[in-house]
Amino acid sequence: MTTLNSRIPEGPIKDKWTLYKDKINLVNPANKRNIDIIVIGTGLAGGSAAATLAELGYSVKAFAYQDSPRRAHSIAAQGGINASKNYMGDGDSNYRLFYDTVKGGDYRSREANVYRLAEVSGNIIDQCVAQGVPFARDYGGLLDNRSFGGVLVSRTFYAKGQTGQQLLLGAYSAMNRQIARGKIEMFNRHEMLDVVKIDGKARGIIARDLITGEIERHSAHAVVIATGGYGNVYFLSTNAMGSNATAAWKIHKKGAFFANPCFTQIHPTCIPRSGDYQSKLTLMSESLRNDGRIWVPAKIEDAQAIQQKKLKPLQIAEENRDYFLERRYPAFGNLVPRDVASRAAKERCDAGFGVNATGEAVYLDFAAAIKRYGTEQAKIHGINNASAEKITELGAAVIEEKYGNLFQMYEKIIDENPYKTPMMIYPATHYTMGGVWVDYNLMTTVPGLYCIGEANFSDHGANRLGASALMQGLADGYFVLPYTIGDYLADDIRTGKIKTDSPEFDEAEKSVKDQLNFFINNKGTHTVDYYHKKLGLVMWNKVGMARNEKGLKEAIVEIQEIRDDFWKNVKVPGSLNEFNQELEKAGRVADFLELGELFAKDALEREESCGGHFREEHVTEDGEAKRDDVNFAHVSVWEYTGKPSEAILHKEQLEFKDIELKTRSYK
Amino acid sequence: MNLTLKIWRQKGPQDKGRMVEYKVTDISEHMSFLEMMDVLNESLVAKDEEPIAFDHDCREGICGMCSLQINGEAHGPDRGITTCQLHMRMFKDGDTIYIEPFRANAFPVIKDLVVDRMAFERIQQAGGYISVNTSGNTQDANSIPISKHNADLSMDAASCIGCGACVASCKNSSAMLFVAAKVSQFALLPQGKVEAKERVKNMVFQMDLEGFGNCTNTGACEIECPKGISIENIARLNREYLAATI
Repeated sequence: MTTLNSRIPEGPIKDKWTLYKDKINLVNPANKRNIDIIVIGTGLAGGSAAATLAELGYSVKAFAYQDSPRRAHSIAAQGGINASKNYMGDGDSNYRLFYDTVKGGDYRSREANVYRLAEVSGNIIDQCVAQGVPFARDYGGLLDNRSFGGVLVSRTFYAKGQTGQQLLLGAYSAMNRQIARGKIEMFNRHEMLDVVKIDGKARGIIARDLITGEIERHSAHAVVIATGGYGNVYFLSTNAMGSNATAAWKIHKKGAFFANPCFTQIHPTCIPRSGDYQSKLTLMSESLRNDGRIWVPAKIEDAQAIQQKKLKPLQIAEENRDYFLERRYPAFGNLVPRDVASRAAKERCDAGFGVNATGEAVYLDFAAAIKRYGTEQAKIHGINNASAEKITELGAAVIEEKYGNLFQMYEKIIDENPYKTPMMIYPATHYTMGGVWVDYNLMTTVPGLYCIGEANFSDHGANRLGASALMQGLADGYFVLPYTIGDYLADDIRTGKIKTDSPEFDEAEKSVKDQLNFFINNKGTHTVDYYHKKLGLVMWNKVGMARNEKGLKEAIVEIQEIRDDFWKNVKVPGSLNEFNQELEKAGRVADFLELGELFAKDALEREESCGGHFREEHVTEDGEAKRDDVNFAHVSVWEYTGKPSEAILHKEQLEFKDIELKTRSYK
Repeated sequence: MNLTLKIWRQKGPQDKGRMVEYKVTDISEHMSFLEMMDVLNESLVAKDEEPIAFDHDCREGICGMCSLQINGEAHGPDRGITTCQLHMRMFKDGDTIYIEPFRANAFPVIKDLVVDRMAFERIQQAGGYISVNTSGNTQDANSIPISKHNADLSMDAASCIGCGACVASCKNSSAMLFVAAKVSQFALLPQGKVEAKERVKNMVFQMDLEGFGNCTNTGACEIECPKGISIENIARLNREYLAATI
């Protein structure tokens, strides 16, 4: 049986990474070109890893299910990327970023990994500027920063509300340079459907060409999974329609342990859902909470009148509004971490104070910020006695410059002008902190199989802070994996090309083809989406923002039932050897139907509330999450044994040597 | 609302393709255009017909995957958005809507409404980058101040999502706006100036090789661009190209 070895280096936390790099095995440049690495996924983590590995001299094959690496869902990240540059001179440091991240994650992340992340964060910004990423600047020509939730400094670098886009295009451009040199072979519109293990090591993959339907074998000396999170297990989420957990789940079934699946982030500021036909949810960046104030009516009768469209938000007087985050958390106010903000919104809506027809929305109001900026601008422009209209006009221009694309996005979806009336927002599934378990080298429990970015579990504990996903993706891809993978590959310099005509490849290809054939030939009664929506509803209602034992036990049974029905009655049209989007979805939903059950099982087992995991049985007197450090200061790591219900739990005990474990308070 | 849809169906690159009529009923004005397409596809699968293939992914207007020529306009009748952000409130009960793939010689049809945009990839590979290694061992990010004006213009150009609406809207199927956006982003930054000449020459060379047409300044690309990329970038591209070649 595999035992967990996190391979955390010795030494003081500030020196671990440096000392470790000094002693790590390296591969000589002449040998690198004889070593093949497969990278699955080309978002921030996969794209930056593929480019850097190719630059180092390895032969890289990269795979994306979209028609270009530039379309990976990292592109949709809006607000920014954290780095402890301390350009603002507000007291930031590597230690403070490390501390904020561990505390923000409710003390469920691995200290050594998080410190390393903070340590390389500044380098990411240097790198991206050199690549031509057009970050926002102030009038002196230097980089601008803004503030994000859960911290008391401004350390977030941004490019309008399109930071993920610009960082991804940076990584994409670095990839393009290597594709042009022939160092990366790019496989667009390809999906990995299984990993191939030879003598216990990851040695290749089975992939499907999504245009022709052809099943292909690709071999390598190491395989890197960078396929993002599993938020689409909820059907509705802010993820892209194609975002899926298939690569992560297939490697789990082949021996990679899966960690903390119940740690999922419900983001507080998303556009509320409008109907059953809804296909996805849209995020409104957390950066909006810098300037937006969140409120609901203080009086229940006002809330009801608004729900029935008899009152408008602007008709509610200031004293009749409940700015519930400012009321409950005066120190952090509207900038509390995401899990806290989401739960507080849910609490108000559950109590009947929601502000749309479904009662599932709260206001995000920019009127105060528009007035504040307008007054400031009037002074800068020397306008004395500016009228209220002039101040609003000047203030709205500032808001437009900061968040214009988000406001436009909101207006197109809701058909209301958020400069004039408050936005309506509600929490939605956004990010998954859980994922494939990896050691300090980012290697899974399968030798030669690595997992980076959102797909792994390591850095964010039970709750991720805003603007830290981009940081982690690029840190893993640019600065961590390229070092650590050499330590493993140093033993492979004499291996030579891995053959694809082995029994292991035959077997993996056969099982992939069998599943695809099953889908096409099943001729059932219900579409793939029918099952996906049913699963999503169970997940949201019973494994969502608040969970309890009864609901979780029910969810496990219900998911099993949906899965049984799926394998009997799913209907997939078309044929194998063609472009077939329903067939693609069928495989992904099949995997979500298993992952969802493990997710619920993990949530049931973790008898505490921490971060995004809120168990109704474990709350403090004032309704806050109640952690149990005596029994649950560990990573729950699951081993697959044939069925999610029979998964074996391993525990990686978390040690906190540099940060004192205490109750997380933002009051 | 109830609608008549006339949709381009094409089995594969070799098939000739044709418009096929479909009816959809009870469409909510709050639905997005692609959600309306989802509803149609669900009903087709239920009737054992093959669903309509179309590209889409993020459904929030940033990945650039979705396309569609709707009633003759790239990304449909609304401005400043992609097809996935288009909402049915832009249409009215009883409308007939024509839905076709982006049309250009350089964008061959893969199936139905899905086109192959690999030509864009090859143009980016020809020079859409700054040749620095990703080792992180560069100078401090604040060591070169960049005027806010230029940084903002660079960002505006960089917001291109590579969807191809500019090509689909141009009577010449020109890719000038797409190429100009990348050339401008780098030309406006000191980091990009070092290899600006080689970049513009290589990208334009590849653009011509792919079979895109020439620019005749009609400006349709700017109007249909979901990200509002300004045609001024094409002027900058021309200046850069001229400066690089004389």
